[in-house]
Amino acid sequence: MSTVDETGAGPIPSAPLLEVDDLFVEFHTRDGVARVLNGVSYRVAAGETLAVLGESGSGKSVTAQTVMGILDTPPGVITGGAVRFHGEDLLTAPDRRRRAVRGSGIAMIFQDALSALNPVFTVGFQIEEQLRVRRGMSRKDARKRAVELLELVKIPNARGRVRQYPHEFSGGMRQRAMIAMSLALDPELLIADEPTTALDVTVQAQIMDLLKEIQVERHMGLILITHDLGVVAEVADRIAVMYAGRIVEQADARSVYRRPGHPYTAALLDSLPRLDQKGTELNTIKGLPPSLLRIPDGCPFHPRCARAQDVCRTEVPPQHRPEPGRLSACHFAEELIADA
Amino acid sequence: MTDPSTAASASSIEAHTHVLAAEHAGTETAGAPGKPDKPRSLASDAWDDLRRRPLFLIAGSLIALVLLMALFPFLFTQTDPGYADLARSRQGPSAQAWFGYDNQGYDIYARTIHGARASIVVGICATTLTVLIGGTLGLLAGYYGGWLDGLMSRVADVFFGLPFVLGAIIILSSFGSTGTTSVAQIMFLVVMSIAVLSWPVCMRIMRSAAITAKQQDYVKAARALGASSSRIILRHMLPNAVAPVLVYATIALGAFIGAEATLSFLGLGLRAPVVSWGVMIADSRDIIRVAPHTLLFPAAFLTATVLAFVMLGDAVREALDPKTR
Repeated sequence: MSTVDETGAGPIPSAPLLEVDDLFVEFHTRDGVARVLNGVSYRVAAGETLAVLGESGSGKSVTAQTVMGILDTPPGVITGGAVRFHGEDLLTAPDRRRRAVRGSGIAMIFQDALSALNPVFTVGFQIEEQLRVRRGMSRKDARKRAVELLELVKIPNARGRVRQYPHEFSGGMRQRAMIAMSLALDPELLIADEPTTALDVTVQAQIMDLLKEIQVERHMGLILITHDLGVVAEVADRIAVMYAGRIVEQADARSVYRRPGHPYTAALLDSLPRLDQKGTELNTIKGLPPSLLRIPDGCPFHPRCARAQDVCRTEVPPQHRPEPGRLSACHFAEELIADA
Repeated sequence: MTDPSTAASASSIEAHTHVLAAEHAGTETAGAPGKPDKPRSLASDAWDDLRRRPLFLIAGSLIALVLLMALFPFLFTQTDPGYADLARSRQGPSAQAWFGYDNQGYDIYARTIHGARASIVVGICATTLTVLIGGTLGLLAGYYGGWLDGLMSRVADVFFGLPFVLGAIIILSSFGSTGTTSVAQIMFLVVMSIAVLSWPVCMRIMRSAAITAKQQDYVKAARALGASSSRIILRHMLPNAVAPVLVYATIALGAFIGAEATLSFLGLGLRAPVVSWGVMIADSRDIIRVAPHTLLFPAAFLTATVLAFVMLGDAVREALDPKTR
């Protein structure tokens, strides 16, 4: 069914499920205009997992919020670009249409499930509410479906659990409930915004396994936003690395890990603790991410880049294909890949 | 033919014994996971919780008693509150008149019972109106923000700047021309002046609670799941923002009954022939030192009622927060 395209970027279906095209977002703050997204583009196909990697403030979550239409405006202003779902631009679609897509077309999982679940309603009620309002289900049917959904995300004693409040759930269980809630309307695309960051390591693995399992089963598109490279390696088909509101590298997961095509990706991978480097200090990336109020001229990464040349300080590197199936925004991407 | 009927009677007997068994079980394990399909909602859970709080039970029974007084005063007294016997003026409590007689020779017990109605009506109406106006405006201001919030907040500031008594004096003296006004009209005026001068407090409380709720992830999550603005406001923000307003409302109810008394005391609010606790307290002001019982009884009822509502507010607030259960 799916074939490998000529670029080798993995399976591509006939039309992408979601296409984020050259998105620009600014935040108008008291200190000035922060350019949060500067031309972000990515695509997700059905059944595909795209991992969006990056430090805090790199624009991962803002992109997701713009896609969902839950960006706070003000202070956010979308200054350009398009978000196409099945080819339809959501940014220009009427509000009613956008609401219809939310939940049933695209759903989102939040980082902190405790704050993303309404504390005054039972978990069951919150799942049922969508089914009753959006699907017109009766209370009884909705309750039945809610129990099924909680069982789907492997919550033990789902029948009793639907009647409990979010604060009566443990952290992992809450995130499972959150996943169940986002699946209630059978979305085609799921955006998981750091779904495991608030959880401990063993629970993280369970949640990731669950997400992967559900995604495969439902042939869903999955956008996984994270800063955890370990999480990404196991589940992602493709990886987009973001830095200062730009995607600096995009390629299939395997080639990103083997031969990073951007110095920032290389530095990120280098900073991972490794079993074969026992006793040595961890490598870090020097400096801090740039302030989005004053993004440096040229390549935004050049002040922290070990390979920076004169050209990096003056010219913004264009996003180009250093090799088939890979996009990189580095002047020296080809050399970097060849060196690896 | 006989089979089904016997079966039916047998099953009814069986059902009956089950009911008895359930009753027995219920007394010991109330709320235990015996009934798995019992719906659990904020309101029903809050009620389950409230029923077990002594604070609520005390406050509730006091309020029920006062409400009963307001609705059916003749259950408590047969004496006409409008009958004055000047010969008994300022007589202290006795077996015949439990609370004694006031300056005009009115039976204080009868008047206290009959006074509950005016005080309660003014208190409840003023509170309802205040919470409705303030709560709605606060919720809208908090949700939409921007110029709407700015406009509403400035208007609220204007009303907030008016001292309560001064504002009420102006409203009541300019609209409540003496003589022509009926009892209903004067009550309406008192309620309106209280509500008009008090809604900004309620609006501010609701606005800040709504802003807090709006920034929560669950409101974002609701939007991400395609909920409409009205659903977000009513389903997700209101239940999370309502607790402080409810607490304010119960405290305000007591305060408004007191405010009615203040206005009556100043000769601006309710006046004879209407009987209210405020009117009675006003009547007793000149003779407090010679006949303190004329102040004591209406003031005690007023205080107890206000206290009961404050206690109720406390209990309700705790019951509405699932985390304190």
